[in-house]
Amino acid sequence: MNLTLRVWRQAGPSEPGRFETYEATDVSEDSSFLEMLDLVNDGLIRRGEEPIEFMHDCREGICGTCGMMIDGQAHGPQARTTTCQLHMRSFSDGDEIVIEPWRAAGFPVLKDLVVDRSAFDRIVESGGYISVETGSAQDANLTPIPKDDADRAMDAAACIGCGACVAACPNGAAQLFTSAKLAHLNLLPQGQPERSRRTLAMVGVMEETFGSCTNYGECEAACPKGISIDFIAMMNRDHRRALMTERRGA
Amino acid sequence: MATTTDAAGATTRPTPFLLVLYRSALGKKYLMAVSGIVGLGYILAHMLGNLKLYQSPEAFNAYAEFLRRLLYPILPESGALNLLRAVLVLALVVHVVAAAQLTALNRRARPERYRSRRDYVVADFAARTMRWTGVIVLLFLAYHLADLTWGWVNPAPEGATVYDKVVASFSRTPIAALYLVANAALGAHLFHGVWSLFQSMGWSSPRFDPVRRTLATAFTAVVIGGNLSFPIAVQLGIVA
Repeated sequence: MNLTLRVWRQAGPSEPGRFETYEATDVSEDSSFLEMLDLVNDGLIRRGEEPIEFMHDCREGICGTCGMMIDGQAHGPQARTTTCQLHMRSFSDGDEIVIEPWRAAGFPVLKDLVVDRSAFDRIVESGGYISVETGSAQDANLTPIPKDDADRAMDAAACIGCGACVAACPNGAAQLFTSAKLAHLNLLPQGQPERSRRTLAMVGVMEETFGSCTNYGECEAACPKGISIDFIAMMNRDHRRALMTERRGA
Repeated sequence: MATTTDAAGATTRPTPFLLVLYRSALGKKYLMAVSGIVGLGYILAHMLGNLKLYQSPEAFNAYAEFLRRLLYPILPESGALNLLRAVLVLALVVHVVAAAQLTALNRRARPERYRSRRDYVVADFAARTMRWTGVIVLLFLAYHLADLTWGWVNPAPEGATVYDKVVASFSRTPIAALYLVANAALGAHLFHGVWSLFQSMGWSSPRFDPVRRTLATAFTAVVIGGNLSFPIAVQLGIVA
């Protein structure tokens, strides 16, 4: 299949960007979206031009590095699929595909399709962990956890931090990411001692950079891991409770 | 409650809880939800009370008089009414100011638009137009008060009863149409707002979640259905 790509090219963080048009010819419908870009880049390198910069790592849909806006949809048209797992059979011969980086104040563009997602790291650093004394591992099943709780915590832990939720949100809000990172700890016994402090800290850091939730639900639709906005409601509840109970500075 | 520590290490007075709440964007959303709930209670009571329009002019005017003498003589005449008005004004101010500040925050958080055709995937019309329906309802509210509370733009003669004022106002077709448009905007605002407040307040559970949409739809249908019926009834001559 032959495709026309309109790709956002931007030389650096403070450089002006623009769309460039590229022809992708003889693309196999079995190739992934990133493999298609690899072939385009191969052609660019052979012609002595700068290849299109994009992020990728595992290429099996679990690392969360390969996000990009494809025809206005985060990770492209196929639901619950990362860009690397999107295959060209989702497109038709002769299609024009518009490819852009995530756009949000929290995700400044570094180059072409690559954005800086370290704002997510700052949210996690502020409380997305549990403090435990190291030592020998405790016996398995020493801490009983109801199956439902374990399942819900696992659903939240499926978040790969790709940033599609922020990219899809008209408010540039990181509620879905933050609430998933909170919920996978706040739902489990191990997360309880630091629950209030964690919630206040992570919400605080989130609000320094990202927007506010208007309950559009676009994040849930864009999430390649199908994280539910129920976790956002849980975060709101935990945050209110934490504000009322936590004695900061005491 | 948060406390602050000054340079010398001495603990100063704790920051009031509401201020701590208001400083965070999540807190502004709680306050928008709470002030929204106050508004919902008022809107429902307003619609139910106005159904007296169908009973008789006397019943309707007596209801208006009852509101003025609510809790009298415990409170002075119009005392309870003015207290309720104060609560409503406060709720409205909180709702509008928080919305404006959050909108500004969201614009800053998403300064650049997508150049490609970026359409909403799941967000419905009501959710996307909250800011506009909110503004329309606010402008309408100003007119509505000038019309029927203060009487500045009401066509009824001086000293007319509340019933006569309503009929005089709704008899003008453009004004009846204005009420229909404003209620359509209010309906869209409620349809998203009633559902949305459960998310903002964190009122979510597997059993309850499917009911939230139904509740929002039913509330909107009842309130807007009732509100729309008044100008239509006057226009059709059912209420005259």
